[in-house]
Amino acid sequence: MSVASDAGTSPSTAPTVWPQLERLLPLISKPIQYVGGELGATVKDWDTASVRWALMYPDAYEVGLPNQGVQILYEVLNELPDVLAERTYAVWPDLEKLMREHGVPQFTVDSHRPVGAFDLLGVSFSTELGYTNLLTALHLAGIPLSAVDRGAGDPVVVAGGHAAFNPEPIAEFIDAAVLGDGEEAVLEITEIVRRWKAEGSPGGRDELLLRLARTESVYVPRFYDVDYLPDGRIQRVVPNRPDVPFRVHKRTTMDLDAWPYPKKPLVPLAETVHERYAVEIFRGCTRGCRFCQAGMITRPVRERSITTVGQMVAEGLEFSGFREVGLLSLSSADHSEIGDICSGLATAYEGSNVSLSLPSTRVDAFNITLAEELSRGGRRTGLTFAPEGGSERIRRVINKMVSEEDLIRTVVTAYTHGWRQVKLYFMCGLPTETDDDVVQIARLAHEVIKAGRQATGSKDIRCTVSIGGFVPKPHTPFQWAPMSSPEVIDNRLRLLKQAINSDRSLGRAIGYRYHDGQPSLIEGLLARGDRRVGAVIRRVWEQGGRFDGWSEHFSYQRWIDAATEVLPAFGVDLDWYTTREREELEVLPWDHLDSGLDKDWLWKDWQDALSEYEQDDCRWTPCFDCGVCPSMDTEIQIGPSGRTMLPLTPVSGNGLRVPAEAR
Amino acid sequence: MTPKRQPEANQEPVVQRIRIRYAKRGPLRFTSHRDFARAFERAVQRAGVPIAYSQGFTPHPRISYASAAPTGTGSEAEYLEVGLRAVVDPDDLVKALDAALSPGLDVLEAVEARGGALAERIDASHWRIELPGTDPEAVDRAVAAFEATAEVPVSRLTKQGTRTFDARGPVVRISAAAAPSEGDGRTCAILDLVVRQVTPTVRPDDVLSGLRVVADLELPVPPRAIRLAQGSLTAQGELVDPLFADRDGAASGAPPV
Ligand code: SF4
Repeated sequence: MSVASDAGTSPSTAPTVWPQLERLLPLISKPIQYVGGELGATVKDWDTASVRWALMYPDAYEVGLPNQGVQILYEVLNELPDVLAERTYAVWPDLEKLMREHGVPQFTVDSHRPVGAFDLLGVSFSTELGYTNLLTALHLAGIPLSAVDRGAGDPVVVAGGHAAFNPEPIAEFIDAAVLGDGEEAVLEITEIVRRWKAEGSPGGRDELLLRLARTESVYVPRFYDVDYLPDGRIQRVVPNRPDVPFRVHKRTTMDLDAWPYPKKPLVPLAETVHERYAVEIFRGCTRGCRFCQAGMITRPVRERSITTVGQMVAEGLEFSGFREVGLLSLSSADHSEIGDICSGLATAYEGSNVSLSLPSTRVDAFNITLAEELSRGGRRTGLTFAPEGGSERIRRVINKMVSEEDLIRTVVTAYTHGWRQVKLYFMCGLPTETDDDVVQIARLAHEVIKAGRQATGSKDIRCTVSIGGFVPKPHTPFQWAPMSSPEVIDNRLRLLKQAINSDRSLGRAIGYRYHDGQPSLIEGLLARGDRRVGAVIRRVWEQGGRFDGWSEHFSYQRWIDAATEVLPAFGVDLDWYTTREREELEVLPWDHLDSGLDKDWLWKDWQDALSEYEQDDCRWTPCFDCGVCPSMDTEIQIGPSGRTMLPLTPVSGNGLRVPAEAR
Repeated sequence: MTPKRQPEANQEPVVQRIRIRYAKRGPLRFTSHRDFARAFERAVQRAGVPIAYSQGFTPHPRISYASAAPTGTGSEAEYLEVGLRAVVDPDDLVKALDAALSPGLDVLEAVEARGGALAERIDASHWRIELPGTDPEAVDRAVAAFEATAEVPVSRLTKQGTRTFDARGPVVRISAAAAPSEGDGRTCAILDLVVRQVTPTVRPDDVLSGLRVVADLELPVPPRAIRLAQGSLTAQGELVDPLFADRDGAASGAPPV
């Protein structure tokens, strides 16, 4: 951090590393990912900026660039005249090695400035498997790994994203964490840093962190002490100074129409996982699937209106030149105006070679209607349904209300409407799950194919059964649940495979995809871990752990070895964190972090799960008192708004857009 | 059951073909050909170019690329051709496309195609290769040794495995000079090179491998290569601009670039 007494810093504090980097790029694969220069990228003057953010997505560029959260914050921050935000991503091991050999620090892709020269390093964690990549970036940047070792010149490292709802495993490595929506949070943090710098950085880093903590929405781990019971459980987490709050609250951005970002989406030169203009049509979800952390921590539902969605799509496509639009949310078919949004966009872009996609896995005929609307005149995109559980019993446990009859009817409708192939998504390892619950997935798939063949009179129909591993997450009713061991999971997956192939004719029409149980167990350790797990992360990183979200880089053995080496000193072990069931009164590592969900309600919902009691959605039935709205002073914001989509002028016309002044 | 969809013949026909020269400069020389193609397709959309599409289930825009400089080498002379469903002014097209592409991917000129195939007008490349950190005299000696050798076999790892081929034969002209680098301004050896296009293509790095083979020339720092021109080779060893024949009033002669 530049702690000069005024906001100005001499250029020599952050010279670009491009000349050194440029010489390394011919020696590595896919150099374009480190070059920047994307459309939508903003390069601002370093010297005149009063607050400088480096924003990191801790995964490879191809995954990180499309990330909505980072793109939105990047744009919101760069719109401020005196603020500069640049982006940085995890570098692959081939470049990491060369950077170490040649002394090139972690850099931003925009201006290739050293990350260590910024005031703040914001890191967005969608998943816990990015933790080791955080350590690589810090180390390459020359920033001390432990926050307590950082000095006045080091950036303040701020974690955000869904994983930040339990940042305890990385508490040692971060200075602060922000819970919830980032748009307003980054502005508030910026203002605090701006003022503190303008005052001449009084009290140094400690004072700045204190000012952040006093907002009650920025968690500064160092200001909290964790005491443990002799058996290893947490006794309490309490502030170690009088002027910080006992609990830190999440941020909720209300009125999404007032925040129509991204307006200038980043258009990568390199190939990335999503090449599309994505617009969030709403945030939050109250369907109440008990395994779903995203649904729980983003309540209440806040819709963007049809008018704003239409405008964002038109402007986003015009700006970017993308030919694909994604209408994103946790369950996109649930938007109160989704029918009109889909037909409006389909009409506006008919014949223009723009394709529209709606990631929705709702198991009902309406979903098929929407998919048909979106593929009007174009190509049929894939159709995925997510019953999540194989038996009706387990679906009651997880609160996924769909009967077997409905499921079969829905899939058959898809076949009769011309889809040849559907994907069915399930989870394995759910609480109370038995072998039979999983094997029933095979029976369900057989029924689907049988009914489909009968209804279409054709053998040319298929389904793919895709299985994900369940990981219990903080701030969900399953936060108390024991995980199943990888052996149990892998055995169930084997039984399922046998069951699918027990009928050869039906089995041939069924594809089967699954992940084995080991990575899920580690994700479970990191998701529900406490500060002691930080030592495991550090050990794994020291032993070479990188890119743990990539199966070709993930090493289960490395995690097992590190856990075995590090945890016994604390009187706990890997099983203690993963396969152990928690009791009602146990202090959980994230209890002092307030997602708005009432812990008593979560416990009641956990008990309801065990007694297979289903909970309805508060958008259509009365409020069930999960606690979020009153504690966060928020409310459900849904339509129908009664507004309409303004006439769109799609990008493809005959009119060449010739700039007035050629640049 | 609804019938399977048939692709409809609903795309508008091509009414104009335009040939374009573009450059890959500075950091964006690290775009691969695929990266450039994606960026160009998007620029076509952003610029509102009335591009024509192929027929079929997945119509694709009518763009054909005549060349692809290797990833990491800059170029002042890459060529492509677009098929349009409405007539535009080539100069306006240059301005619109250039504004729609990232700086560093620069559209330089456009002419309406008058027939013939673009690819047939390109059979050689003119390169400038900076060799930072090398001793210009050592480079001179290596160049002399290279020229004096009839055949210089080099190997390169390709998708088909390691291939060995002659790097000397296709080299029409090679010379070295000392001049300031475009990277850091320091004086270094700079190769000037004209290479005939053969299969497998002899690229700048193959010629550098050749210099290592004949004279043990080692490069402390990766070189920076820039393609200055492409075209057809005259008997005198000059390159003819591939767009020349399409220009207004162009006679069928062959003026130098
Ligand atoms: S507090 Fe009530 S209305 Fe608000 S999200 Fe929870 S259940 Fe729904």
